[in-house]
Amino acid sequence: MSTSTLAPQDLKVVRGGWPSLAGGGVLTAIVVFLAAAPWFVFSPGDVTNLVTLFALIILGTTWNLMAGYGGLVSIGQQAFIGAGGYGVIKLADVVGLPIPVAVVAAGLVCAALAVPTSFLLFRLVGGYFAIGTWVVAEVFKLVTQELPGFGGGSGLSLTAFQGVDRVTRIATVYYLALVLAVLVVLATYVLMRSRVGLGLTAIRDDAVAAASLGVAVRRSQRLVYVAASGGAGLAGALIAVNGLRVSPDSMFSVQYTAFMIFIVVIGGLGTIEGPILGAVIFFALQQLLDSYGTWYLIALGAVAIAVVLLAPRGLWGLVARGRYEVFPVGHQVYPQASPQRAQSVDFD
Amino acid sequence: MDWINAVLQGLLLGGQYALLACGLSLIFGVMRIVNLAHGILAVAAAYLALWLAQQTGMPSFLTLVVVIPVLATVGYAIQRGLFNAALRHGELSPLLVSFGLAVIGANLLQEIFTADSRKISIGDLSTASVELGQLRLGVFSLITLVVAVAVIVGLQLYLSHTRIGRAMRATKDDPEAATLMGIDERHMYALATAIAIGTVALAGVFLGMSTQFSPTYGDLVLIFAFEAVIIGGLGSLWGTLLGGLVLGVAQTVGAQIDPAYGVLAGHLVFLVVLLFRPQGLLPKAVVA
Repeated sequence: MSTSTLAPQDLKVVRGGWPSLAGGGVLTAIVVFLAAAPWFVFSPGDVTNLVTLFALIILGTTWNLMAGYGGLVSIGQQAFIGAGGYGVIKLADVVGLPIPVAVVAAGLVCAALAVPTSFLLFRLVGGYFAIGTWVVAEVFKLVTQELPGFGGGSGLSLTAFQGVDRVTRIATVYYLALVLAVLVVLATYVLMRSRVGLGLTAIRDDAVAAASLGVAVRRSQRLVYVAASGGAGLAGALIAVNGLRVSPDSMFSVQYTAFMIFIVVIGGLGTIEGPILGAVIFFALQQLLDSYGTWYLIALGAVAIAVVLLAPRGLWGLVARGRYEVFPVGHQVYPQASPQRAQSVDFD
Repeated sequence: MDWINAVLQGLLLGGQYALLACGLSLIFGVMRIVNLAHGILAVAAAYLALWLAQQTGMPSFLTLVVVIPVLATVGYAIQRGLFNAALRHGELSPLLVSFGLAVIGANLLQEIFTADSRKISIGDLSTASVELGQLRLGVFSLITLVVAVAVIVGLQLYLSHTRIGRAMRATKDDPEAATLMGIDERHMYALATAIAIGTVALAGVFLGMSTQFSPTYGDLVLIFAFEAVIIGGLGSLWGTLLGGLVLGVAQTVGAQIDPAYGVLAGHLVFLVVLLFRPQGLLPKAVVA
């Protein structure tokens, strides 16, 4: 019996299945462990380092949402990382918002900033969009340096934590970062399972075909650009409250873009799992090889090129081969009548 | 008089930007690749020239005889070995590969030459100037502008009047039809990149002769070159020349208002062009 003669009642459509349950269980266990860990395992230094990992997960996940699904390769998200970092300090120190509220508000401010920016940048396509975003990031940086009250070239320090003891401060930032990272990943998952997500998946595979089938390509792209910029703002705010200092050169550094690209490309572009895996690998390598400095970045660049050319679906793509999803977005179709030929056909 | 001077100096600075930008314009025009390693290749050329001049004691300008062929070969190899393969995976891949190359290049240069700022010595030429009434124009800047115009005219003539140039444009218009006519698409692309990176090498050495550079300078080079290309109009070499001049004038006039605003003024002019004339000032005026 050939597959083409199967009637719909012969087909079993599965979304998720045991790999998702198992993967979801493992991930939940890891999150529970991370939530409990500061009490008995990690030193304060480790806890501060882990905030960086959570920020990287947010950066990778949201950059992937924009580039992997929306097809918008931005190399200028440091505009919003910087805006988020400066924003949280102003919101906490000047406006007087509590730190967690200030971090979330900084993310929202960045999302709002991305709306007018998108109308300018969406006039460019492909690689030109990419460099255009970088120009905008440079403008953000230069303007921040010139604005009165932003500390010029040397930057700002966070004072809202003054008088708070060190353990409380570190714990606040740690749990805030953990909760935000989990929420960003879950929100991405919910978005990708929605009607908009289906449209984005179609855009990922072929933007022209998606448009011809009635997907609102431009509007979906604007949505993910704004969402990803809000995510970059959140990450920047977390980096700022974790490090307690911001300066234009560090917060608006194109280095962040390099990190995001490595994380997403090595982990797996256009999947939800890929950026998380990529962030963990990147973080581990950074902790292990940091002392090698430039050679470490050279190796990372070479690995990224190799992955793009040889394994374009990244490490997660190599592991899952498109069949398993921890975050089930796609569907698998099995011919029910002939279980001995249980080959699956992928339908995203 | 200060303002006239600022505009004139800007035009001269613009010659440098146009020279830096025409390689980016050519690679995009032929292959639709945005080469993010563009800036770092220019800086690498400057370092190579500096190293040659120091090691062999040859005059700075003579190093071009070595630097241009070396970089052109590197360009050919990058296209043949990496970009052609990346092009098969869609349009994201070349962008990501070139970004990887830029990161590798910048860190490699930092490892070899340290992060210190350098400059290629050109002796008295760096301070020589001609007087025009109350205005003083740098001789070296004038040479750069002339070279930029010459390179753009040369590229334009090469693309329209030689066999290989025509084959390149045919490949750009329709790779499949060109292949049917016996043109080796991969070789054509690699030749185009070789020529483009050759011009980048020339531009990089001129850059190194006029300003202090360091491994991170590639970022600025890429941004300025890109702005010149967009202001002028995609796919037009004459547009790139005009774009470079406009960017140069914007920067010097901005710096005349306040020294801190020079680079920012250039970015703002770029954004204004994007807003009101996204196709650029001279879009596709001449085929490239």
